[in-house]
Amino acid sequence: MSRLTRAGKPRRRKSHSIWMIVPLYLFTLIFVACPLIYMVALSFATPGEVHGVEWIFTLDNYEKILEPVYFNTFVQSFKLALTSTLLIGFIGYPFGYFMAKMQEGGRKKAMLLLMLPFWVNSLIRLYGWIIILQKKGILNFVLEKLGIIDKPLKLLYSYPAIVVGMVYVLLPFMVLSVYSSAEKLDWSLVEAARDLGATKAQAFWSVSFKLTLPGLLSGVILTFIPSMGLFFIADILGGNKIVLVGSLIQEQMTRGNNWPFAAALAVVLMVLTTIMIAFYRKVTNARELEGIG
Amino acid sequence: MKKNSKFANFYMGLIFFLMYLPIGVVIVFSFNESKLPVKFSGFSLKWYDQLFHNGAMMEALGNSLILAVLSCLVSAIIGTLGAVGLSRIHWKTKGAMEYISILPLMIPEIILGMVLMAFFYMLNLPFGMLTLLIGHTVFCVPYILMEVKARLVGMDPALEEAARDLGATSFRAFWDITLPLIMPAVLSGSLLAFAMSMDDVVISIFINGPRLSTLPIKVYTQIKTGVTPEINALCTIMLAVTILVLLVYFLMGKKRKTARRNQTGKIS
Repeated sequence: MSRLTRAGKPRRRKSHSIWMIVPLYLFTLIFVACPLIYMVALSFATPGEVHGVEWIFTLDNYEKILEPVYFNTFVQSFKLALTSTLLIGFIGYPFGYFMAKMQEGGRKKAMLLLMLPFWVNSLIRLYGWIIILQKKGILNFVLEKLGIIDKPLKLLYSYPAIVVGMVYVLLPFMVLSVYSSAEKLDWSLVEAARDLGATKAQAFWSVSFKLTLPGLLSGVILTFIPSMGLFFIADILGGNKIVLVGSLIQEQMTRGNNWPFAAALAVVLMVLTTIMIAFYRKVTNARELEGIG
Repeated sequence: MKKNSKFANFYMGLIFFLMYLPIGVVIVFSFNESKLPVKFSGFSLKWYDQLFHNGAMMEALGNSLILAVLSCLVSAIIGTLGAVGLSRIHWKTKGAMEYISILPLMIPEIILGMVLMAFFYMLNLPFGMLTLLIGHTVFCVPYILMEVKARLVGMDPALEEAARDLGATSFRAFWDITLPLIMPAVLSGSLLAFAMSMDDVVISIFINGPRLSTLPIKVYTQIKTGVTPEINALCTIMLAVTILVLLVYFLMGKKRKTARRNQTGKIS
């Protein structure tokens, strides 16, 4: 009887919505949660003699990561991700900021221009860079004609080439996230600072920059995490010279046939990125609290 | 104050130039007579001709299109229903569920790829279209889920409640009231998911079968082993198609906006 009372009504509604979340719950549990749990379990298993996995508990896979050869790939990946992210921040922040300062019409056009390359396969765009950077490529040709260099430089298959590729592919993420926070910026605050005698730089630093910092930070996360895993950029533009964690995992999964070790590498990589996200959340929350108080 | 300096305009122009430079180069060399992308030796359409006669490439393109459409469709259904459902339940697991379902966007692609490979292997699933479909759906669902969720925040729940009070079933109320309202979000999420699916190399490379190749995988192996200008031709075509799709999408958006304005005008 109580079902007919007022209190019963919302409950009836709720139970009628269950069919909607069943697919999501099932799919996510089976194909996201289970595989990840399986990976963690795999990282503690023993690799089989020739092939496959033996389910004997071991910590060897993690110990193996500490071996200099493998540990170095972590350091290298981290360095590359850091370099790329810093560069992307320096290039992308002003861009997103300027974009937010544009007039309505110009802003829409800029957004369209920014999104368009995003829809072209990133591999094909990277191939464009190969054409530009190769030994007889466009850049060397132009530099030679300008008389800056005598001999073509070896630009492709080098560390800078990888960085160029990383920056190129990930820049839009930074721009978009800076833009979305700069767009919400109350420009009258900047004006107020100027009226109160702040120089342009001071006004920017103490008002605009502080208020757009969350955008910059989320851009850093959005670029740092993928840059740890984009092994194909290093592969194409770096010519196998620099081994990143991504390439190492791929190699262990395929040729190396050591799945437990690959799983351990993945677990460590995932823990690192999770720590970064958690750190980011803490920093931005703290900022918001500061703003309120 | 809210105006850009000359420097700002110059800076934006420069970055845009660098952004489009590689694409422009690829397009220009797609019309190049010579095989080597070094000097432009004359206008030619032969690479387009060769591309269309390259069976393997066309097959890979077909695979990619089928895969993108299917994974978009499946994830649109799962993601849309899920987002609406999540906004209505108040279970304790809700927060955790939301977190896990957008997890695929927060972990490096390479991990997702290897994890799925190991998992499918354990399940004894044959690697091929099915595993690719599941894999792509895994990373497509979050895009749609997040877009729809953001859209739902601004929606008045009273609308659907009214329909329910008037006797509509839960499905009916969803289909007739909620879905049309969140459709723009579903579409833009799907579009994003489609682009991501068409572009994915890292995850696909782990879970494609030995015989099945998607377009990005094909392009990847070609770039590694030696490129023919067919790739340039392919890029040019893809760019043209992209611009066309975006144009249609924007025009549709404009139409929708004016239609909505008219509608709300009538109601008030």
